[in-house]
Amino acid sequence: MLDVDIQHRQGAFELQARFQSDGKLTALFGPSGSGKTTVVNAIGGLVRPDHGRIAVQGRMLVDTKKNVFVPKHRRRIGYVFQEGRLFPHLNVRQNLLFGRWFTPRRERKTGFESVVELLSIGHLLERRPATLSGGEKQRVAIGRALLADPQLLLMDEPLASLDDARKAEIFPYIERLRDEGGVPIVLVSHSVPEIARLATTVVVLSEGRVAASGPASDILRHTILFRQTGLTEAGALIGAQVLRHEADFGLTVLQARAGTLTVPLLDHPMGSRMRVRLRARDIILSLHEPKGMSALNVLPGFISSIEEAEGPSMDVQLDCGGDALVARVTRKSVHELGLRPGLHVHAIIKSIAFDPDALGGAKPENM
Amino acid sequence: MTDWLSPEEWTAVRLSLKVGFVAMAASLIPGIAIALLLERGRFWGRQVLDVLVHLPLVLPPVVVGWFLLIGFGRRGPIGSFLAEQFGIVFSFRWTGAALACAIMGFPLLVRAIRLSIAAVDRKLEDAAGTLGAHPVWVFAVVTLPLIVPGIIAGMVLSFAKAMGEFGATITFVSNIPGETQTIPSAIYTYTQVPGGESGAMRLTLVSIAVSVAALWLSEWLARRMRGRIHA
Repeated sequence: MLDVDIQHRQGAFELQARFQSDGKLTALFGPSGSGKTTVVNAIGGLVRPDHGRIAVQGRMLVDTKKNVFVPKHRRRIGYVFQEGRLFPHLNVRQNLLFGRWFTPRRERKTGFESVVELLSIGHLLERRPATLSGGEKQRVAIGRALLADPQLLLMDEPLASLDDARKAEIFPYIERLRDEGGVPIVLVSHSVPEIARLATTVVVLSEGRVAASGPASDILRHTILFRQTGLTEAGALIGAQVLRHEADFGLTVLQARAGTLTVPLLDHPMGSRMRVRLRARDIILSLHEPKGMSALNVLPGFISSIEEAEGPSMDVQLDCGGDALVARVTRKSVHELGLRPGLHVHAIIKSIAFDPDALGGAKPENM
Repeated sequence: MTDWLSPEEWTAVRLSLKVGFVAMAASLIPGIAIALLLERGRFWGRQVLDVLVHLPLVLPPVVVGWFLLIGFGRRGPIGSFLAEQFGIVFSFRWTGAALACAIMGFPLLVRAIRLSIAAVDRKLEDAAGTLGAHPVWVFAVVTLPLIVPGIIAGMVLSFAKAMGEFGATITFVSNIPGETQTIPSAIYTYTQVPGGESGAMRLTLVSIAVSVAALWLSEWLARRMRGRIHA
């Protein structure tokens, strides 16, 4: 549904991006200067690429060979900017309804009330943008884009200007949008926890090129892709369900295909589904089932492959009952333990190693 | 009140106000257009246009008046064309005074509007575009409301300039009581006749009052607009 193949030169920087995505939330990931914003600007019509094609939902928006360039006001692509960009002379209600004036009547599908409710901004409607907090501004900006009934929603680091508390305030709304709203999202981010929590598809950009693209759970397992930005943050992404809470110990037990995982107490209800990120650096490998150890999580599985990582490290890719995990170990350990594809091992994870930021609500189909 | 000013003085005051308003109103739309063109436009001859617009600011007013006289006079190329085709006559009419004032105030109007256009965050216009607004609509509902304070400032400057314009007006349309004798021309006339001091003083006071009122009004309007945008 999103098909991008563009070349664009901006000063000394050259972008050459080619990827496709069918994901509900496609994350464009990469360090600053890797070309993420240029790609979304090209999709949104704010930048005219030198060469190439862009198609959204089968509609050709840019095709330099056929001299096609649909202007931004006819693309029907929503854009949530890093700084919100609310109109200062209009109140929140007028901002929200801005795009609606320009949407043909029969194409107005999104209900004003439902968007206001989804983003919890009902109490802000008569306020001016200058009086809103950063998090409130971004929620209004998201609502404003949605109410123009876009075919695709672009979000350029919508959380970058917010502190952690404000980020935590916005995350659930983007998750709800991904799971409930029909509109596919392209999210620009340079934060691994953010994409681990939100993305279904990840496109990794590096120096203007696409280094990798695919389902989030596949891409995040390859730590080498996250060299500059989030080496220590990369890891596997697996789906799990809340099995029970052990309130006395302050723990929650999750069920994944790989086995049970004990994590610090969560406030998700029993039976709810979520995605869990297991960082490669937090996993230890053992040839034998460990006994008398304090780590609560031991997942048996097979080594599927061993990849070069950085310096003395290697990434051991595991298949634990159908869940793909990855462990960061030293080259020396690989050698001494005789690790090789096909070998049966046990992955050991400390419970407190779970990153609460990366625990996101997710329907199974959005994994 | 009517006793305080003589009928001739009242005529001059009324004429000045009429000339000022007409000059300001007539130059508003061209002023916004030229300010946009100069600030946003990329075309050959932009520098030339910029210089032309600013010339009245640096030229002696008498020179501007003289140019108007040869251009827009009865026998001038533009003046004769307008008189024949549309019946619009400038020379020795109050309309000519308004034209002279409009041209003298034009650089002030354009500068004020242009500054406010430069201050508009173009990213807001991009955002409006992604929401489906055609560029014309973007200008009407985003850019224009944001530059209103600059437009008001420009209008006040243009009006104030018209109230004080002397050199170009007297050169172009002379000093005819009831037709082209604005407040400055009337003051000048009073200073040329014996015993005219009190009349000159009264008109000077009126001139000061009008200027102060205009400034105060523009400040008040601008503050109200800023309040609406930033509060």
